Amino acid sequence: MTNHIKVEFEAKESNVSFARLVAAGFIAPLDPTVDEAEDVKVAVSEAVTNAIVHGYDKREGVVYMEAFSYDNTVMISVRDTGYGIEDIAKAKEPLFTTKPDEERSGLGFTVMESFMDSLHIESKIDAGTTVTMTKRIGSR
Amino acid sequence: MALNIIKRTYERMKAMELEFKVLSNSLVIKPKGEIDSESAAFLRRKIDLEFECTAAKNMTFDLTEVDFMDSSGVGLVIGRYKKVAALGGEVRIKGANRTVARIIELSGLGRIVKMI
Ligand SMILES: Nc1ncnc2c1ncn2[C@@H]1O[C@H](COP(=O)(O)OP(=O)(O)OP(=O)(O)O)[C@@H](O)[C@H]1O
Ligand SMILES: [Mg+2]
Repeated sequence: MTNHIKVEFEAKESNVSFARLVAAGFIAPLDPTVDEAEDVKVAVSEAVTNAIVHGYDKREGVVYMEAFSYDNTVMISVRDTGYGIEDIAKAKEPLFTTKPDEERSGLGFTVMESFMDSLHIESKIDAGTTVTMTKRIGSR
Repeated sequence: MALNIIKRTYERMKAMELEFKVLSNSLVIKPKGEIDSESAAFLRRKIDLEFECTAAKNMTFDLTEVDFMDSSGVGLVIGRYKKVAALGGEVRIKGANRTVARIIELSGLGRIVKMI
């Protein structure tokens, strides 16, 4: 069985909770455990926050989120058309942040990587960033 | 009209429920709901203001009623830790549920703040 959704919303921090709700709603039919549902919610929260806070950095913009499911595997992508990431390997390092002054801890990618089964980042300077994550639901 | 209703609801959502009390030299902070980038900014302002107004030396985050937290919450606690530690105080966390505890563990936050 497959399913697909596509949502887009303004790059505002108040929309992060909306994105979490969408993700939780999308995976609900896959009958996730509480932990699995929380894993997906927190990973989406990190990816969407990054798009807003780093991708657009106070500029206006649109965040594009897509989710697919195939049997019990879910794939979620979050895309912005903002600044882009200069060095992806560096950005993924735990505790690396370009915004320490705003009390960022540099843990977003670490959280996505540990709570999902896979994480893929594509980025181009001044073109934007797409983060794609997958997770198998119901592996209990 | 509709926009006003939306705005009012939004303001209420933004103002996260939050309780303070001072218990034996520690400012106990008890937020309710979800800690993400938006609510962390709100909490940061409120907590710093309250900490300045009270004579407490330490801080205790009571996370019993927090049902979601992402890395923004870790940033919030580390930021407060830096302020409190600079004045010779300690930060403690209590009541973290399973989900929140996993984020705390992953972040290594447990090494700088006491989990009670
Ligand atoms: N969508 C994006 N566009 C541009 N830069 C990004 C994007 N996502 C992440 N980055 C860069 O990668 C760095 C690391 O991201 P990560 O989410 O791991 O940490 P953080 O956002 O800085 O802190 P935290 O997530 O703990 O609040 C960021 O500081 C930023 O420089
Ligand atoms: Mg981040």
